[in-house]
Amino acid sequence: MTMQLKIGFLPLVDACLPILAHEHGFAEEEGLDLTFVRDVSWATVLDRLLYGHSDAAHMLAPLAIATTLGRGRPAQKLAAPFVLGLNGNAVTVSNDLAKAIGADGTLGDPAEIGERLKDVAAKASASGRKLRFGVVHRYSSHNYMLRYWLSACGIRPDEDLEIVTIAPPFSADAIAAGEVDGSCVGEPWNSIAVEQGAGQIVLATAQIWRRGVEKVLALREDRLEENKTAIAALIRAMCKAGAHFVDPEQWDCNAEILSRPEYCDAPIELVRRAISDRLVLRAGDPPQEYRDFMFQYREIANFPWVSQAEWLYSQLVRWDGLEYSAQDAEAAARVFRPDIYRAALQATDEPLPSASSKVEGSVSSPLTASAQRGSITMENNTFFDHEPFDPDHLQDYIATQK
Amino acid sequence: MRIAIIDESAPRASIIEEGLTSLEDCEIFTLTSRNGLLAKIAEIAPDIVFMDLGNPSRDVLEEYFAVSRALDHPIAMFVDESDDDSIAASIDAGVSTYVVDGLAAKRIQPLLKMTMRRFQAFARLEAELAEAKDKLVERETVDRAKRILMDRKGVSEPAAYRELRQKAMSSNRRIADIAEAIVTAHEMMGDGQ
Repeated sequence: MTMQLKIGFLPLVDACLPILAHEHGFAEEEGLDLTFVRDVSWATVLDRLLYGHSDAAHMLAPLAIATTLGRGRPAQKLAAPFVLGLNGNAVTVSNDLAKAIGADGTLGDPAEIGERLKDVAAKASASGRKLRFGVVHRYSSHNYMLRYWLSACGIRPDEDLEIVTIAPPFSADAIAAGEVDGSCVGEPWNSIAVEQGAGQIVLATAQIWRRGVEKVLALREDRLEENKTAIAALIRAMCKAGAHFVDPEQWDCNAEILSRPEYCDAPIELVRRAISDRLVLRAGDPPQEYRDFMFQYREIANFPWVSQAEWLYSQLVRWDGLEYSAQDAEAAARVFRPDIYRAALQATDEPLPSASSKVEGSVSSPLTASAQRGSITMENNTFFDHEPFDPDHLQDYIATQK
Repeated sequence: MRIAIIDESAPRASIIEEGLTSLEDCEIFTLTSRNGLLAKIAEIAPDIVFMDLGNPSRDVLEEYFAVSRALDHPIAMFVDESDDDSIAASIDAGVSTYVVDGLAAKRIQPLLKMTMRRFQAFARLEAELAEAKDKLVERETVDRAKRILMDRKGVSEPAAYRELRQKAMSSNRRIADIAEAIVTAHEMMGDGQ
């Protein structure tokens, strides 16, 4: 019997796994008939999910948690049984700012860039026009990663510079028009800004947190319970799509599919840059490889680690100015559903870890993780400031970050 | 009551505006450009904002409301935080609604219904226009296919059309599809114009 699922998404390269699962027939093999609803704002993707226009959605991980906790709208429980990928975002700044912080056409050291940015931000602030950065959403990893980086470099977001929301399709224009001095956005929108000569890519978010959680597949919790069989099938299909996605032989064909008007609607070459971890940082320069730019599939990248949800909660508390609450922390942690991931892949060859939570940012050389099945080697998972996050000490972590 | 309509499609915005002006006691402000959206909203200080679901500035507006609320202004997003049915209905119609400053639900319902009807009316208009455009393109293709048959086979126009129709009937396809195939083949064989 064919099961039907409608999936909401925004035109971004990291919506790739459900799309490729459909286009390469992996979904069909699992008895699934996928259809897609494309939108241009996260508010709309979320509305469609909450009010039943879609069964599941490509969603900012922090937004799934914020929705569950009732931030910005009435609380509705969401569930995320699958991480659609790690990182894949970058910081692009205007040519003027790139010059001011001494960007040399490479992905520099985040701490060094931050130090120079601190001086420029202080001068701008003193002259009465604070620097302004754009992020895609208040509840986005873009916002959290950017703020994490800035504050670890001694720049106080909202005080020393401003952070505003800009929809991804407008980020290049906003930089070109001087509305913002920089933005943190997913691909292909950084590359589009570079191609237009609006700005330069100076940092990949993977440099801030090497294995930072990005989008998730989100569902309403009650719909997940009703559709468990179909979601398990979707998880298996997306895993197959993930293995296909990281195969260099398939880069051209996957870039072609994702660039189509019904998906990202962007030039193939620009989509291919993100897929192959090879970005052009300045217009006219040759592409440069940053191996972990957009991390997929390897090292069970799609496993929804509860500790990732807890880190996101720590940042939500930090930047929304909330008090830590054990009840909220638990509700946030429960959004990530490793149980559903495990059940879906139980009868396959996909490796499964024995734990569902880990200390984030503590791996700096290859480490073999204990596995329920298969073998899992973690290569590199650090924050740029070398501060690990131990979910057992969530409250302390939040306290030290104030 | 102050109403802001945010819609990048000027014709649609004017259709909504027209519907709402018939209601009493409404001051309407229409914004069709995304530039300086927040500043304009702040200046208008609307009681209610209608915007189309496909507007990429929705996230920007929600952020603005969230921050304003954090600054202790009484802002209710959507019709009423518990009124799921109204929200779902407005999403079905393609309109998202933001109620600012906690306007009474009873005053909003007629506005919301009117706006939804107007959105749907516009969607119908658009569908009809798209269909009419398709028909026009199809007719051009059929004309070109007829011309190709007339040139290649030396037949009259009615005969060329008969051939097209017969092929369509025997292969259970539309005349426009057969015409399209002929035009494409003609171009690919290198003897197109």
